[in-house]
Amino acid sequence: MTTEKVDYTRIGLKVGLEVHQQLETATKLFCACRPELFKEEPQITFLRRLRPTQSELGQIDPAAYFEFQKGVKILYEANTQTACLVEMDEEPPHPLNMEAVEIALTAALMMNATPVDEIHVMRKTVIDGSNTTGFQRTCVIALNGTIKVDEKTVPIQHVSLEEDAARKTGEEDTLIRYRIDRLGIPLIEIATAPVIKTPKEAGEVALAIGKILRATGRVKRGLGTIRQDLNISIICGALTEIKGVQELELIPLVVEYEVQRQLNLIKISEELAKAGIRPENLKEEFFDVTEVFQQTKCKVIQKAINKNQKVLALKLPKFKGFLKRELMPNIRLGTEMADRAKFWGRVGGIFHTDELPAYGITAQEVEALRKAVRVQEQDAVVFVADTMENATDALKAVLERAREAIKGVPEETRAANPDGTTRYMRPRPGAARMYPETDIPPIQITQKHLEKIRTHLPELPEQKLKRLMHEYALNQKLAKQLMNSEHAELFETIVKESKVSPTTVAAFLTETLKALKRDGIQTEKISQNQIRELFKALATGEIAKEALQDIAAWLSKHEGKTPKEAAESLGLKTLSKEELEKIVEEIITQNKDLVKKSGVKAFGPIMGMVMREVRGRANAELVGELIKKKLAEKV
Amino acid sequence: MSAEKFSGYKGEVLEVVRRVDVEIGDLIRITKGGQVFEGILIPRSEYGDDKHIVIKLRSGYNIGVRLTPDAKVEKVGKGEKPAFVAPPLPEQNPALPKVSIISTGGTIASRVDYRTGAVRPALTASDLYSVVPELADIARIDAQILFSLYSENITPAHWTKMAKTVAEKIEEGVDGVVIAHGTDTMGYSAAALSFALQNLPVPVVFVGSQRSADRPSSDAATNLTGAVLAAAKAPFAEVAVAMHATVSDKAIAVHRGTRVRKCHTSRRDAFKTINAQPIAKIEENHIVMLTDDYKKRDPSQKLTVKPNFSEEVALIKFYPGMNPAVIDWYVDNGYKAIVLEGTGLGHVANSLFQPIKRAVDNGVLVAMASQCIWGRVNMSVYDTGRDLLALGVIPLEDMLAETATVKLIWIFGQTSNAEEAKKLLKTNIAGEFSERSIYGEEETSKP
Repeated sequence: MTTEKVDYTRIGLKVGLEVHQQLETATKLFCACRPELFKEEPQITFLRRLRPTQSELGQIDPAAYFEFQKGVKILYEANTQTACLVEMDEEPPHPLNMEAVEIALTAALMMNATPVDEIHVMRKTVIDGSNTTGFQRTCVIALNGTIKVDEKTVPIQHVSLEEDAARKTGEEDTLIRYRIDRLGIPLIEIATAPVIKTPKEAGEVALAIGKILRATGRVKRGLGTIRQDLNISIICGALTEIKGVQELELIPLVVEYEVQRQLNLIKISEELAKAGIRPENLKEEFFDVTEVFQQTKCKVIQKAINKNQKVLALKLPKFKGFLKRELMPNIRLGTEMADRAKFWGRVGGIFHTDELPAYGITAQEVEALRKAVRVQEQDAVVFVADTMENATDALKAVLERAREAIKGVPEETRAANPDGTTRYMRPRPGAARMYPETDIPPIQITQKHLEKIRTHLPELPEQKLKRLMHEYALNQKLAKQLMNSEHAELFETIVKESKVSPTTVAAFLTETLKALKRDGIQTEKISQNQIRELFKALATGEIAKEALQDIAAWLSKHEGKTPKEAAESLGLKTLSKEELEKIVEEIITQNKDLVKKSGVKAFGPIMGMVMREVRGRANAELVGELIKKKLAEKV
Repeated sequence: MSAEKFSGYKGEVLEVVRRVDVEIGDLIRITKGGQVFEGILIPRSEYGDDKHIVIKLRSGYNIGVRLTPDAKVEKVGKGEKPAFVAPPLPEQNPALPKVSIISTGGTIASRVDYRTGAVRPALTASDLYSVVPELADIARIDAQILFSLYSENITPAHWTKMAKTVAEKIEEGVDGVVIAHGTDTMGYSAAALSFALQNLPVPVVFVGSQRSADRPSSDAATNLTGAVLAAAKAPFAEVAVAMHATVSDKAIAVHRGTRVRKCHTSRRDAFKTINAQPIAKIEENHIVMLTDDYKKRDPSQKLTVKPNFSEEVALIKFYPGMNPAVIDWYVDNGYKAIVLEGTGLGHVANSLFQPIKRAVDNGVLVAMASQCIWGRVNMSVYDTGRDLLALGVIPLEDMLAETATVKLIWIFGQTSNAEEAKKLLKTNIAGEFSERSIYGEEETSKP
């Protein structure tokens, strides 16, 4: 796809961010369970159904009610270390974890937000099974903050504290599996106002929020501990909510793709309008075309027919060509229809005439299909092979999506894919979905408590940057890199305990590790302890500065091993002065003609040759000194 | 009305709320310390102090705003009362059995007012149909609200009313009755009705919920559909309790009213049949009887109603070091019967022998159940038991202490003759005890 330059101001891009970060606490938010995940087989499983609660207006969330009617069941998995009756929704929640409140208040104050006088825990209806109760417990801790991102002030609407959800571990037909170890881990949520104007800025704001959260020193690290939600809209488009972007680097791309998607959808709607097609022209009429595929070579359809299922088709007048239109990389309008069909019809996927003949479906079959559905040249046909009920639901969803395509961009909640594209998750939930958690009494925040937190506030990232430059004489570039690397704390520890030059440590923690990562080394596997030991060994001269990179690479593959063991295994133990002198002596002897000719000027070439010999096993300064001394003797 | 208008507010804050003339649901603005908080006025918990106003922000979150001297409160807009429009009632299938649902206070269905956070019980037939639509496939429902009580506030006087109301419904010809009840004392009420309603032609099924009905995960609807199914179609005609069999939404256990006990504070499967098997299990809308020993449904059976109870009966749990004078107090205050919840096979300290003797000599019926909950008392094994038997203490076999207490409360509502009372106590009226102690895990609790 050609990526034209998009003028984000002209299209009125507005992005709001919600950053969710797990807190590093001793226990979960509403019970004393360990806030950890488990990998083993579950010790406990139980089966539940979630029934959407009716509101006082008689309304029920349509998507939720649909799932319920379909008989969706949830199988929860647990073990006794990470879950108790609270997560199983077999016991009321215990009081709010005050350690988590304190961390949230700390972050809130660092963002100049105003803590609320009294915290009220709410129940936010979430009925996909990710919460055993059918709601997520959440509370606002502070309001109306601001953060500085470069020169721009970004308003923070609220800082909240909420329980993390259970994680999905599988889905078979109408049975969904969730593991409840993650349920109840404290999460802080930072929500910005929708003031972000470009994809790049979205990334910068997320980074700035992440840095402040890390500066509290009390948040979890690693993949899956931070998740960003994005609210994205453009003029003439719609508000799309994108859930669960796990990697910071992905944010600008997700925004870019969503803008592309909306622009393309707008274009499609304009073209469809020009073709004179209106939503009401699309008829809810499904054709049983099973006959057409009796002899088909298409495995999916064959299998369905063998199971006595049906092939059901829908006519989309004047849609020919539109279904294969790409909205963002590898996502076409047809893909969006398939997503809907999968969600509402629980089918494996859809077929449409824009992509046929293919998948074993022949041109003759397509012709017969078009005839059976009585379509014109410019029409498209979508069809599904499944049970009558599922196929009907699927095509109804496709029809709905096609009608929306005529109107423009539908409001949706979408989920982020690892490549930055997104997929349909569910319709956007209505506003009426929060009500009080009456099992937890409100918590008052006293001025005294706030004062105490205020006097112990951690350094803000920008203050820290200045201090790093000043205290350790780092240049701005290196100090910034260090801040971005998440190793600033480790840096200070190492410099204090090893007395190695701060610039050497900083360069290693930033440039060296980055270079290794680029070469495919899993640097995250090197433990903090190993890195600290590495510099201790450097300080005592057991290893040479030149050997740092090789030893680090080795350590990434040898969990729990020491730098000393690495040096031995790699033959990178520092040479003694005597051994070094011997090597220098030898090389000078081998090159005595050169020394005779050039005198002290032979230093450069000799140095080169010695270093090639002893790389990683000797300090270059010492080598230089020895060569100078020896040359002086000879000349 | 005013209680609803300012619900939960008191003292200083109430005054401010009154002065500004706002009520629950109105949009208000509080300005203080340079900050503006705008939202809907929300009811305050009765345990809250009188210094905070609770508002619902536009984001949906509630916060409490402390009313400082500099705070300015203004009314911004009038709230609109949500007008509930019930979805159309499902068509009543005349071929289906008729079931009467009587509410006593257990909330088995509710609706949430997301605007103010209020959770309101759904009690009428149309409410129930709209919240639990699948009921319409099981039975034709009529619903009645008898009380709205927390079950700990239910007394024998309420049992009398329940028994009479059920009798009326049965006389009207329903195919079964469901009683929605708070779970805390549901076991006691079930036992009481087991004795008060004899020769039942149709089932009477108690039902409740352990997890609040407003939550999507509530056990209420599953329990209710199970109870209605049992009332409509089960082959037995007894008083029973229908609740979750396990922590899964899979099976409903139907317990005999005299054998059931709440054994957990919060779990869905809190109700257990003690010293026997549940009488039935319901899975996937299917009733499976777990015993042959039950009274059969028989609409031609003529119901006998014996709805009187006496409150002069005590249940005393023995513990080490218990003051023997406790027993004297009951005797001196005219109690007619005492159920002792003794240790093990049915024992109490010998320091209690003297007051027990005095009780028996004064014509007070003293009976012994075990605080072990599971198992049968046997007072012939140890000296203490034999001594207590000699004093005139009546062993209660494998009867639950709670059921024994209810039974005596009922017995003394029928007679004040001590001998007749003893005879009734030893008569098995509603399956409250058995002669055999069968080994077995509870069938429905198996994972």
